[in-house]
Amino acid sequence: MMKQILFILIGFFFGIIMFKSEAASWFRIYEMFRFEAFHMYGIIGTALAFGILFVQIIKRYKIKSFDGNEIKIAPKDKSFSRYMYGGIIFGLGWALVGACPGPIFVLIGAGYLPIIIVFLSAALGTFLYGVVKDKLPH
Amino acid sequence: MDFLFQPWHWFVSGFLIALTMLILLLMGKRFGMSSNLRTFCAACGAGKASAFFRFDWKSDQWNLLVVFGAMLGGFVASHYLSAAEMPAISEATKASLSSIQVSVDNKYLPVELFSISALSDIKTIVILVIGGLSVGFGARYAGGCTSGHAISGLSNLQLPSLIAVIGFFIGGLVMVHLLFPLIF
Repeated sequence: MMKQILFILIGFFFGIIMFKSEAASWFRIYEMFRFEAFHMYGIIGTALAFGILFVQIIKRYKIKSFDGNEIKIAPKDKSFSRYMYGGIIFGLGWALVGACPGPIFVLIGAGYLPIIIVFLSAALGTFLYGVVKDKLPH
Repeated sequence: MDFLFQPWHWFVSGFLIALTMLILLLMGKRFGMSSNLRTFCAACGAGKASAFFRFDWKSDQWNLLVVFGAMLGGFVASHYLSAAEMPAISEATKASLSSIQVSVDNKYLPVELFSISALSDIKTIVILVIGGLSVGFGARYAGGCTSGHAISGLSNLQLPSLIAVIGFFIGGLVMVHLLFPLIF
């Protein structure tokens, strides 16, 4: 129960960060793809710099998770096509609706009802991938 | 307290995103938002149509709780921690908005796409559906989205994530620079 509340709290803070950083705003994504401001690059760059630092510290000092297990980040399968093709399809949608999966949930919570259409379509897109995945180059 | 109500600086935001990832790692989990879409499909019974959705989705319930929290966070941030104003985007970006029929006197999200009244135009609905479809399909095909690849994956210096992020940008640039003039 305690753990469940903790996960909700993590999501809660993440939601506030996404909204307040304006990373959940269509305008910031549009601006980012036009290279007209540093804002989004600053957010992603800072997150990445600290992210690399945290992961390196975890690896070097073999830091364990709270329940005492080793923290292992499973490497992704080696491939080019799935990451490139999938990435391009994702990028097209990300720029069009200005929201990636995290912000989709944040914006529904914020009360933007049209985003529910985006969410249901994204779930349908995920479903379609599951149906046709064996026919795609991976 | 005033700083809470201003839009947050990119440095603070970026640091807090990395912190979110760190806490999830310390809890034995991985930071990734789009997996929830797969879990959602599985919970809705998509396993009947594809083996891709036949997995122990109940073990991913923690991630649904994170998403539930994110929705609460979005509610609190938009209603109590801001006036949900239009971001202070650059003058150059503002100047370009008129070419795609978006007003510079706007809200946090452009009302031309994300207001209830905009839904009376079938074109808006088509845009939202196509955008959502490609986000969902592309994220699963690429094995992750912005959180899983651009933040988690690159933090772990994974080559697949770098390829995916380059793909995200190719797609985004094509959409904004080549397709927007045709769509709007």
